[in-house]
Amino acid sequence: MERTEERPNGATHTISLLVENKPGVLHRIAGLFSRRGYNIASLTVGPTEHEEYSRMTIVVRLSSKPVEQVVRQVQKLVPVVEVRELVAADLIERELLLVKIRTPERNHAELRALAETYEATIVDVSPDALVVEASGTAGKLDALEERLRAFGIQELCRSGRIALERGFKTLAPPNLK
Amino acid sequence: MAREKITGAMAVRRAFEAEGVEYLFGMPGGTILPLYDALFRCEKPKTILIRHEQVGGHAAEGFAHATGRVGVCMGTSGPGATNLVTAIADAYMDSVPLVAVTANVSRALIGTDAFQEADITGITMPITKHNWLVTGPQDIPRVMKEAFYIARTGRPGPVLVDIPKDVLTSEIDWDGYPESVDIPGYHPPVREEPRLKDAALLIRSASRPVIYLGGGIRSSNAHKEVFQFAELVGAPIVTTVHGKGAFPETNPQCLGMFGMHGSRYANYTVQNSDLIIALGARFDDRVTGKLATFAPEAKVVHLDIDPAEISKLVTATVPLVGDLKLLLPQLTAEVRRAFEKHGKPDIAAWWKRVEDWRTKHPLHYQQEGQKYLLPQYVVDRLWHKTGGKAIVTTGVGEHQMFAAQWWKTSEPRQFITSGGLGTMGFCLPSAIGAQLGRPGELVIGIDGDGSFQMTLQDLATAVDLELPIKIFVLNNLFLGMVRQWQELFYDHRFAETPLSDRPNLVKLADAYGCLGLRADTPEELDKVIDQALANSKGPTIVDVRVRRQEKVYPMVPAGAPLNDMIDAGGD
Repeated sequence: MERTEERPNGATHTISLLVENKPGVLHRIAGLFSRRGYNIASLTVGPTEHEEYSRMTIVVRLSSKPVEQVVRQVQKLVPVVEVRELVAADLIERELLLVKIRTPERNHAELRALAETYEATIVDVSPDALVVEASGTAGKLDALEERLRAFGIQELCRSGRIALERGFKTLAPPNLK
Repeated sequence: MAREKITGAMAVRRAFEAEGVEYLFGMPGGTILPLYDALFRCEKPKTILIRHEQVGGHAAEGFAHATGRVGVCMGTSGPGATNLVTAIADAYMDSVPLVAVTANVSRALIGTDAFQEADITGITMPITKHNWLVTGPQDIPRVMKEAFYIARTGRPGPVLVDIPKDVLTSEIDWDGYPESVDIPGYHPPVREEPRLKDAALLIRSASRPVIYLGGGIRSSNAHKEVFQFAELVGAPIVTTVHGKGAFPETNPQCLGMFGMHGSRYANYTVQNSDLIIALGARFDDRVTGKLATFAPEAKVVHLDIDPAEISKLVTATVPLVGDLKLLLPQLTAEVRRAFEKHGKPDIAAWWKRVEDWRTKHPLHYQQEGQKYLLPQYVVDRLWHKTGGKAIVTTGVGEHQMFAAQWWKTSEPRQFITSGGLGTMGFCLPSAIGAQLGRPGELVIGIDGDGSFQMTLQDLATAVDLELPIKIFVLNNLFLGMVRQWQELFYDHRFAETPLSDRPNLVKLADAYGCLGLRADTPEELDKVIDQALANSKGPTIVDVRVRRQEKVYPMVPAGAPLNDMIDAGGD
């Protein structure tokens, strides 16, 4: 169940970065985005298959500047080993959603059914609250979120996007490919 | 090589030695003491004591600009480091290779708001190509090697190495200075598939081409390559302020500077061109004027080493990414082939239009009949009396633009100025660095009274070093450029731009122990120029009183189209 993203303030692009796993790298990248006026919609960072590198996935919303400009500016940062825009058609992208719903027990069955439809799981249940966990594309999570709203969302937490390209292509430094 | 135990500070010294550093501009302080101790009585590199770290930074820039080698400055933790910030930002904007070494508080104190602690790597992140906080003493040789490498390669720029005091005093195993670097994310020059044929075809088919030269020519020492290319293509040449000297301005093919204070003929040429060949330039707002109306009919061949400059502001029809020195001869060869195959394009009609503009709208001033000295005349006189054979440094303001307009630069690395950041106070420090870098050559500073007062304390440095620099202060008792904007765009409301007639520059020179002169008339000017040129014992400061209301014309108001220029009216 995929849905096209709404783009009210310009197009969003998913940029994948392989960066050196060193102190201050996040600061350098976030600083570049802010001073050049590139709008970060989400940013995730985590370990990769090589401990000396981290992968960042940045979703950037651009109203006027071409995404190539962003990629080239990011590429200039010394700790950035590789950077590429991941094109939607070629992309496996996931976000994680945790939602706490406060709802009487009688609604739980309906919630479970809804969760099942969205391949979500209920990970915590107490008499008048439960926590739903789901992962998937931004579009799918948007849809689920919308449906859950009717039950009374108490608290919501969403991760940024992580993404990989399909096929054998990788974003790895030449010496590690 | 047998391992040897040395201190971190000594490792820094050895790195400087291995890099062939001649001068270290800086001032000692609490945390950088161990490094100064390791450099005590060292002849190469020699420490140069400045009186304010910003001056050390600019002096290192002046040295780098004048010599093409990396400039090095140092500062202690806290204010010593933050005083370097303006110079580092200046070097970043103007792509000057600069290594700044700062000390920080000891590792255990970092993050505790210790005395003279500042997060200088955090502060300088946006204004350096890269920076390091060295937390492991053993990392010093590698980091120093990387620092010099990154500063001078690719698009040059400033880097900063911050070393905690206890890292400087720690012992390390010295294994020798690394011979190479291994930086996975840094591989200059970046090369895309060069579209030389496409570029040559555009050049072949253009009927109104113009060559636009920027600071990149200087960075890659590509003057000869530019000359050969320009000679073949035969198009009119315009430059940025940092492109001055990339091609001799005394050669009629060169129309000089264009942009906000460029000549009308240079701006008209760019605006009416059908092809802009931009070499090592970045389409700064001070040269393009209003972007939407910039050279509306022109296609663009853009050759630059920094891929992020391509189509940043003006879309390149054909981008060529690479080092000018390597790539431009290939383009020249490709253009030559295209000309041989298809014939050389006839651009005589285009040149006729350009010459008409040049005849009709020359840069001009008239000293005759004037009660006061005109700043343009002062620059012109200086140029004639030196035969243009001098390295010029400037401050920032009206005097800088007068110098850019009237000092015809015929050689590379002859016009040293703060272009991108526009840092007042740049003249004296960069003159110090340039004179040290090129001893025996004539170094002339063209400064303004406002600009001069921002860094004048370092006259002491110039006197101590007996540097025979000659600083001509075009003194109009105003912050002239701002005053010009107030007169033109703020209805003559001169908010805080009039400067008092203080200090007395002749007495000031005397107080610092150097020659101070003053000129109010053309006759006096000639005399003081002769006196200044004859003084080889140390600096000369010349207070040149110029007409207070003189403005820099022509002028493209900020945000106006490039051909929408205003000129002198009655004032």
